[in-house]
Amino acid sequence: MSVLIFIDQADGQIKKSSLEAAAYGAKVAEQSGTSAEAIVLGNITDDLTSLGKYGIKKVHTVKDSKLNSLDAQLFTKVIAQAATTTGATVIVLSNNFAGKSVAPRLSVKLKAGLVSGAIALPDTTKGFVVKKSVFSGKAFANIAINTPIKIISLSPNSYSFTAGTGSAEVADFAATIDAPKVQVTATNKVTGEIPLSEAELVVSGGRGLKGPENWGIVLDLAKALGAATACSRPVADADWRPHHEHVGQTGLAIAPNLYIAIGISGAIQHLAGVNRSKVIVVINKDPEAPFFKAADYGIVGDAFEVVPKITAAVKKLKGI
Amino acid sequence: MKILVCISKTPDTTAKIAFTDNNTKFASDGVQWIINPYDEWYALVRAIELKEAAADTVIHLITVATADSEPIIRKALALGGDEAIRVNADSHDSFYIASQIAAIAKEGAYDIIFTGKETIDYNGSSIAGMVAELLDMPYISLATKFDIAGTEATINREIEGGEETDKVALPVVVSCQKGVAEQRIPNMKGIMGARTKPLKVVEPAAVEALTSITSFDLPPAKAGVKLISADTPEELVRLLHDEAKVI
Ligand SMILES: Cc1cc2nc3c(=O)[nH]c(=O)nc-3n(C[C@H](O)[C@H](O)[C@H](O)COP(=O)(O)OP(=O)(O)OC[C@H]3O[C@@H](n4cnc5c(N)ncnc54)[C@H](O)[C@@H]3O)c2cc1C
Repeated sequence: MSVLIFIDQADGQIKKSSLEAAAYGAKVAEQSGTSAEAIVLGNITDDLTSLGKYGIKKVHTVKDSKLNSLDAQLFTKVIAQAATTTGATVIVLSNNFAGKSVAPRLSVKLKAGLVSGAIALPDTTKGFVVKKSVFSGKAFANIAINTPIKIISLSPNSYSFTAGTGSAEVADFAATIDAPKVQVTATNKVTGEIPLSEAELVVSGGRGLKGPENWGIVLDLAKALGAATACSRPVADADWRPHHEHVGQTGLAIAPNLYIAIGISGAIQHLAGVNRSKVIVVINKDPEAPFFKAADYGIVGDAFEVVPKITAAVKKLKGI
Repeated sequence: MKILVCISKTPDTTAKIAFTDNNTKFASDGVQWIINPYDEWYALVRAIELKEAAADTVIHLITVATADSEPIIRKALALGGDEAIRVNADSHDSFYIASQIAAIAKEGAYDIIFTGKETIDYNGSSIAGMVAELLDMPYISLATKFDIAGTEATINREIEGGEETDKVALPVVVSCQKGVAEQRIPNMKGIMGARTKPLKVVEPAAVEALTSITSFDLPPAKAGVKLISADTPEELVRLLHDEAKVI
């Protein structure tokens, strides 16, 4: 018996969201008195023994270059083989982009019930019940998985964890690997920036900033904080900012530790993507802006005056 | 070319979210229903665009839902699509729903199966991947661009901080989001035409659900906003550091 965690990588490096899944899976293993094992696909440059710091006892690697990019069908077959070999009763993945492709397939392949986007550890006092966010963050559902094997995909930034000590055993896993059907011909991503979906701190701008030429104040604050940047839908629609920054009901849903909204009114569809943030700060010149009702801290004022002062204070705090 | 578009009904984005029956059922009284935005704006519109580009394209819509979803299906037909299939079932288990769709899809031999990236009510993002596995087809999730040339599709999908371009031979299952197409409004001709388009109702295949919802909760109410004067923004930084401890 084991809890098997799928560890996802990009360019040979383990994604932060997968470390979170590892720590979560290790906790599930501890709860059920089994051991946490991980499966890693493709060629990795990171030191895999360090997964021991997150509670992983054994890492199974399949170092085949066919697995360096995502082909969900292929990944599913290999993970399913590992699940069978390790006798996994629970499989944990991050509900990140790869997880969203793989987890549903794995659910079918293993006839294992899936809760996608879990936000808490399973409750095993009565069956196996996992909490997830539904109605775009406006409610939670508790979902019972009624199959012998259970699959949980963990919503990024939902489980707080710290690295401990420990070293995992690493072993090659011999898997049958088919020819991939999906050919990745290009990747186009921002480098040197924190991906929004993994960011703990986010600074976001709305239509109140009037135009793309004014984004400097948002970028400066984000840089001082080490935060990712986001925006409201009309901002992305007007191409003031790239589409992948659009958060909300029809954009990315995020749950950072801190979300700073600048010149965003707080429409219900915007809130749907950010309402699981732990702390929300709103900066808006209109005291009646609906966003203040969802905020923890607020400043009623002109962003162009207030934000540079906040940036200066952050720099002072950090000594930069 | 045959395209199957999966359609789901969801509460309007501004609907009040509440629960009844001891927090086990969504309180649907007075709720305005819409086509799940991702299904309508992106999956369906892209299918219509492909038909506009190649007239011999056939578009079928499928929904797994009870009869009260028919106004939503008619609205989808008003936008485009040749006929609709409703599998007469009421379920919140992704595997159950995906199995119904796969059963129909198997008979239809579709080249492309489109879904939205997720439904805005249960936010599962699972149906498309499950359908693909049930049909042993490749699946590209969270597409932002979809093009075909002959029997090959070129698809951009979202990844952390950007996009990746994938090439894959048809048939393929794709979940669609922003970028794939632009939202359209049905016109009068479409609305009139939709009334007479075939809407076939079939009974569900016997499938066992893998999960069940035991209850719902609402998030705890916020304590209320702490306002800081615009004259002392540095106070905000102090509070975020000392009180909230997030920076
Ligand atoms: C089905 C549907 C889905 C949607 N999905 C999304 C979504 O995913 N994400 C999303 O964001 N929206 C979404 N929307 C749109 C949403 O309803 C709002 O229209 C949008 O969020 C408003 O963006 P905004 O706050 O940037 O702009 P506005 O509503 O125009 O607000 C601008 C704010 O800036 C303030 N302001 C102006 N000048 C200054 C200044 N100098 N300093 C400080 N503040 C200033 C104003 O007081 C105002 O509050 C959706 C809508 C629908 C119908």
